[in-house]
Order: sequence, then C-alpha cells, then structure tokens
Amino acid sequence: MNPLSKISAAALTAAALTGCATGLAKNDTAEMSASSTALSANAGETGHIVTIGDVHEYRLDNGLQILIKEDHRAPVVVSQIWYKTGASYESNGTTGVAHVLEHMMFKGTKTLGPNEFSRIIAANGGRENAFTGQDYTAYFQQLEKSRLPISFELEADRMANLNLRAEDFVKEVKVVMEERRMRTDDKPRSLTYEHFAATAFVNSPYHQPIIGWMNDLENMNVDDMRNWYKDWYAPNNATLVVAGDVDAKAVFELAKKTYGKVKARPIPLLKPQTDFEQKGIKRIVVKAPAQVPYMLMGYKVPVVATAKTDWEPYALEMLANVLDAGESSRFAKELVRGQQIATSVGAGYDLYSRLDNLFLFSGTPAKGKTIEELEKAIRTQIQKIKTEQVSQAELDRIKAQVVASKVYEKDSLFYQAMQMGTLATVGLDWQLMDQFVERLRAVTPEQVQAVAKKYLIDDYLTVAVLDPQSTPAPAAANGGHSHAH
Amino acid sequence: MPINSKNSKSKNMNNTLFFGLLMSSILFFTALTSTTVSASPEIEHWRTTNGARVYFVPAPELPIVDIRIIFNAGAARDEDMPGLAILTNGLLAEGAGGLSADQLAEQFESIGARFGNSAQRDMAILSLRTLTEKKIFDSAVNTLTTILTQPDFPKAAFERERGRLLTTLKQNKQSPGKLANKTFFNALYTKHPYRNQPTGTETGINELDTAKLKTFYDKYYVGSNAILAIVGDLSRTDAEKLAQTLMAKLPEGEPADNIPPVEALTDGEEIRIDHPSAQTHILVGQPGMKRGDPDYFALYVGNHILGGSGLVARLSNEIREKRGLAYSSYSYFVPMQQNGPFTIGLQTRNESADEALNVLRETIGTFIKEGPTAEELDAAKKNITGGFPLRISSNKKIIDYIGMIGFYQLPMDYLDTFNERVQAVTLDDIKNAFQKRIHLNKMATVMVGGNVNLTEKK
Repeated sequence: MNPLSKISAAALTAAALTGCATGLAKNDTAEMSASSTALSANAGETGHIVTIGDVHEYRLDNGLQILIKEDHRAPVVVSQIWYKTGASYESNGTTGVAHVLEHMMFKGTKTLGPNEFSRIIAANGGRENAFTGQDYTAYFQQLEKSRLPISFELEADRMANLNLRAEDFVKEVKVVMEERRMRTDDKPRSLTYEHFAATAFVNSPYHQPIIGWMNDLENMNVDDMRNWYKDWYAPNNATLVVAGDVDAKAVFELAKKTYGKVKARPIPLLKPQTDFEQKGIKRIVVKAPAQVPYMLMGYKVPVVATAKTDWEPYALEMLANVLDAGESSRFAKELVRGQQIATSVGAGYDLYSRLDNLFLFSGTPAKGKTIEELEKAIRTQIQKIKTEQVSQAELDRIKAQVVASKVYEKDSLFYQAMQMGTLATVGLDWQLMDQFVERLRAVTPEQVQAVAKKYLIDDYLTVAVLDPQSTPAPAAANGGHSHAH
Repeated sequence: MPINSKNSKSKNMNNTLFFGLLMSSILFFTALTSTTVSASPEIEHWRTTNGARVYFVPAPELPIVDIRIIFNAGAARDEDMPGLAILTNGLLAEGAGGLSADQLAEQFESIGARFGNSAQRDMAILSLRTLTEKKIFDSAVNTLTTILTQPDFPKAAFERERGRLLTTLKQNKQSPGKLANKTFFNALYTKHPYRNQPTGTETGINELDTAKLKTFYDKYYVGSNAILAIVGDLSRTDAEKLAQTLMAKLPEGEPADNIPPVEALTDGEEIRIDHPSAQTHILVGQPGMKRGDPDYFALYVGNHILGGSGLVARLSNEIREKRGLAYSSYSYFVPMQQNGPFTIGLQTRNESADEALNVLRETIGTFIKEGPTAEELDAAKKNITGGFPLRISSNKKIIDYIGMIGFYQLPMDYLDTFNERVQAVTLDDIKNAFQKRIHLNKMATVMVGGNVNLTEKK
C-alpha cells in the first residue's frame, strides 16, 4: 500500500469514527511538475520560508512551523496542530501516556473549564477531534473559514496553559481503559497485532502499543501527565497545518498574534532506541476467544527517514502495491480469487514512519484452508517476486492508480493536511509529498526484485497466528429474555 | 489499504482490518449522526428514457467525476433469503459481458478508476470515481456499464463469494458490538424486512443460487427503480449523455413495492447475551423515524443535544465526562424508507454494565420528560447551522447528499432550507416530538458481554 494510503487509512479511521469525514479520498498525483514551477522565493518577509504551488511554509520566532495550503473550492478551513511526540517517545512503565495526555488536553486551561474547548468549537459550528500515533499527537478543527481565529486562540492557549487536575485525570484514565478494552482487548485481531508488534520489535519503541499496556494505565498518575506536557508541548516542537479557503499571509499574521505568544522551551533529547538486528525467524501464537483464524507476517525494513539507499523505500512501496493495490493486484487475483486460499489477504508498508518499520502481510484463510497453507501461499508470492521480474503492465497499472489518486485526494482538505502534518512530524520534508509520484514512477522491476531479496528473508521475519478459542454457544441460553420496565 | 481500498470493492464483506490495527487512537467518536442533509449547490434533475431519476451537480474545479447508481434493492428485499441483496450486488463485478473479475478489475485500475459496490437495508449501490480525461473517462464508463447491464453471475465466483460471506458472518460473532447490533435489529423489527443484517444469515445464504440472484437482479436493477447521482467536471449535456449511456440498456421495469410500515414495540424487552469479552455492549432503542418524517427536524435537533454531538452531548457528559464509564456513548436516528432505528448505545467494562445502563436510562428519561434547556437548544442550532458549509465542502459529500435526496425523494430545496428548518425548531417541538414518539418503557435493551452475575457464582 502506498504510504499515502497508509496515512489515509489513519485519516479514514479517525474520520469514520468521528464522523468528521471529509471524504478522505486517497492520494496523490503527478501534478508535481506543475507545482514546482510555481516555486517562489518571496524573500524579505520575515518568517516566510518557501512557497511551492499553493503551499506556503512559515516559521514563527518561537520555532512553530506553519504550513498553509490555499484551496478556495469551499468556504471552509481545517486547522491541525501536530506535536512531535507519540507512543514511540514513551518509556516502559508509562506506555500510553502520550494518548492519555491527548485526552487531558480537553480538560481545561488556566482560563477555561473542562470540556469548554469543545463547547466553544461546537458553538462555532466546528468539528474537532484529536489522534495519537506512534510518531505524532495531533489536534484538529474543521470550521467555516471565518472561525479560524477561534481555533488558533484555543489551541495556543492549551499549548501553554493546560490545567492538569488529579480529579479529571482519575476519570479520564478510566475512559482510556474502556477505550483499550473496546479497541484491543475485545478484538482478537487487534490483540494479535499487539502481541505481534511486541515480538517483532524489541528495543525499538514500536514494541509498545499506542494506547499503552493496561498495567501501565492502571498505574499512571497526574504527574506523568504534567511531565509529558512539560517535555513535549512547545511551539518549537510542533507544526501547524492549515488548509482551506484562506489567505496564507493573513493566516500567518493570525498565528503570530496567537501561537506567537507561546514561548519556546528546550525539548528533551530523544534516545535513538534503534532496534538491534534480528537473528532469525520469530513465531508466536495468540490464543483468544474468536471464531476465525488470522495471521500476521512482518519483515523489518527501512523507511524514507532511515533508508541508506534512497530508492529502497519506494521500491518496497511498489512491491506492496504489486501484491495488494486493488482487485487487480496479485493477492486479490491469485490468493482470493484464483487459488481461493484466503478470504482476505493484504500486504502493507508505511514508508513515512520515524523509525525502521515492518513490511506487513495479514490474512484469513478461506473455508477449508489452514493458516499453514495461507502462509505458504504468501511465501510463494514473495518467492515469485524474487525470481521473476514484475511485468511492465503491473507497474504501469500501479502508476496509473497513483497518478489518479493524487488528483482524487484534492477532494479532501483534511487528507491533504494529514499528509503534510505526518511528513513534517516524522522529521521529513513536507515537500516529499509532491515527489512521491515521481519517485514511485522511477522504480524499476530490478529494484522491486532487489528489495524483496534483501529484506523479505526469514531472518527478519516475525509471524503471529491467532488461535481461536471456541466459545460456548451464546445467546438466549444464558441470559435469556426477560421482560422488564 | 492499498491504493484502491479493497473495502470499497468488497461489498461489505471482509476487510482485513489491517490498517485498523496500526491506527492511531483517537479522542472520541461521535454517534453516526444521521446523514441528514444538505448542500446548497444547484441540483439538476431529469429522467432517462427508461425512467431512472438523475441528480447532477456540476463541479468544474477538479478534473474528476463521481457517479453513484442506487437501486431500491437493499436487504429489505431479501424476503426469505437473507443475504440475497448483498450477494446479488457483490456478484455484479465478478463477471460481466463475458469478462472475468480479473479483467474487469484491470480495466478500472489500469486507468486509476475506482469502482465500489455495496448493499444496505434500503439501498444497493454501485459507485465510480474517475478522471475526466476523455480516453480514461470513456473506458471507465464503458466498464461500469458492462457491470451494471450485463452481469454474468458466474457460478464459481458465486460459490467463492458465498464462502467469504459465511466467513464474515462467523467473524462477526467474535465481536460483541456486532452481536449486539444484530440482536438489536431482531428485537426492533421482529416481523419486518429490516429485521436481518444486510450480510444475511447462514441459512439464507446457503439456500441461494445464481438463478435466484439473476431473478433478483432482473426484477430490481431496472430504470424505474434507479437513482443516478453525478458530481463532477461535466457539462449538463455530457451528464445527460453519460446517464443515457449508463442506463439505456436496462429495461424500464417497475419501481419496487413500498416497504411496509414498521409496527411500534408494545413492551419493553431486555436481552442479555453472555460473551467472553471484557466489556458489555449496551444498545437501547426502538423504531425511530423515516426520511421526510414530519417530526424529522425536531427529532434530529433533539437527538443532537441528547447524544448526537460528541463530547458536548448530554449522554457523553453523563456517561463519560462525569463518570468515566465508557469511551463512547451516543444516540442516533437512522431515517430510512420506513422508521429506521433510534439507537442509544455505549460499551463499558462488565462490572459497570448495570450502573451505566441506569445512567443511560435516567438520561433518556429526563430528556423525554423535560426536553432540552434553552441554552442547549441554542448551542445545538449554532453548531448545526454554523457548520453547514462543512457538510457540502467536497464532491464526495455532495454526492452523498444528492444520492440521499434522490433516493428518498426529498424536496429539491432540502439543502437550501435546511438551516432555516433547524432554526425554526422550538423547545416545545423537541419535547412534544420525543414524548409522542420515544417511549422509554417500550424500548428493547440488548446487553452483550461477560455476565458478571454468572462469573461471580462460579
């Protein structure tokens, strides 16, 4: 899957769950030549860094990076503030703290009471939410364009003046534990993924789940919140992304007056926590109440931010697309329809993470097939990539999809803002967004083969299998129907 | 998901949840507030020669077109074969005009076009997004027309898709939320066609064959039973041509019969299902309202205050903010051809289930009795009307709305008058509508989770 679709998967989930969806079409286009011609220096204006196409980059004196995309199709605006912190910045014992703090950010400041932030946004016709990932924590509002100052004032306020009270924390951490039960504990596949990631990564902080281990949540306290907030919430550790029917210069002026008041602070030095080289295949079984088996396979691979050879992540991306990019790709054609080994099967790779990541496979065997048969079929597909060159027709099809996606994504402001925010926050140049299509187009069949041979090998592999534990027949037997009320 | 999300093509069948797993955690989710409403773009409307109703909004800003064809052929038409509508819809792209599923997929994807299909209770949908560049556009429309008008219903593909659907049903049993939802619909619609999940039942699916799918297709996938929504960079003339190209080969046929009205529940019922989960999923509700309902705006705005506006709604305030009992608690109406469900829900650790249910019931009871406060109503109106531009800010959102307006035959000025109709709602309107329509003592309550009482006895 293409990286951008990874982002969009994130966006999609957020959107689907929050009802804030903007359509979130997927991605990217070949419009890069067009946009780079529009490069303007615009020197002389303090704080202005660069303008490329319709995206303007600024920086405030306090270090806040600002990316503004003008899009005048509709009188609306999305504003996202991204902090360079997330689950992968956490230490053992306080996992989940980034996400719990994200919840606490709605609990008031020196001047606003709990939830007042949300009430003000709502009264202004706005939609809002926040999300935490391994590499970022972000907050957003979608508004009619004239309401943008409200977003800036409120976000700048809670960037500096959060009021963390023990009584709010005690309730909110319970909410997060419920969230964990809902998202992970009671979802056999999510649970399997959690164990899988904890096995594949050892020293890398991707070892730990974003939502945190339950035991860490149970022992978290309000001081953990305060420390986290003090460490990471500063303008010099954040990127503001604004997209919509705005004038970039006016937005910058507005940012100066609001975010500009927040003082820069020293940010802790992050330890690298580079995972050591894996020395052989790892296999685990996760037993959970479930009905249908499931498997995950992951190979350690570099990403754009870590790759020593710059085309490799794009070749891995192309590889993921050859196997799984729609109904005409190999997995759908050969494993779901042709051999009918899988009910569903996917390949995925996120090239825009901060640290080395996994090239992932997941699947559910078709009725009458086993997990072993599915794993064998996936391995056969990998072997085929290693021994036979990918056809030009396949590459062309993927390129056509990517080019079209780049046009489609323009239908979603939110998605475009997500892309910029993600790149900036994992330490990459946001302009890579526009280079994606060109980089992917440049990938050759030889390169796809080369990355498969180099990285998709057993020594770098972790396999996790969900072993369904049959559950007693539910339904009326136990609770039965009882009439009440 | 890959570039073309497998989801969008996979008829609600199996999605791998692949990326769901990697996903970030988000702060909250608001209820699926009914996809009401709105767009003030000018909607052009006409009929094709075979009776299909066309709704078109020109959108010249981007070189793309979205097309959505909606048939009144959802799972409510399954009769005694639950699963019929979704499999019929799902099989369309599995072989058509002599082309295989592989070939059809390649035709779309080699030009970057995105095809999707799905079936819910009311609607069966085919959708396409494509670039407008002539060669690409013509090819995408051509493939869509083939799928729409010449499906082959190949036996082998049918058997495979039936197998996948059965696996989905099995998988759904893992999920306390899905189990609760299924049980909830069964309780609300005991004898009504809305009773079953669109994914059908094992018995229903096992009784199907390709002849039955073909019969269903011949009856319902016809011009006079179709809506065609188009948004994109086309002129009216181009859109008319497109509509004609797509629909011409379908017979005019007959519109589907009306769905029978839903009988109100006569008694409160509580169903507890034991499930090996850490949380209990609670759903409380009753048949709610339909599209075009005279009480629509009163109920919609009222629900916004009760449980439809995320963290600032009453339910969230009582359940989550004050007590930390749940990550998500919400209420929503799903207006359909007939009264769709009014659902109030939450999920909480098993030990808190009874406490949470009590708070939930008390919150609804108070709301029905007293209605909202003037401040709440004012805040809700500001939120709904102030956010109006967000509802129609993309082609995707606009096609959602015009598809809905067309399918449910809402007035053409529905979007233009939306804000004023929201503004016109009074405190009494809400209180009266809830007291007349919503009855706490005649609701179904479904609880799926670890049975604490049983556990304690062990």
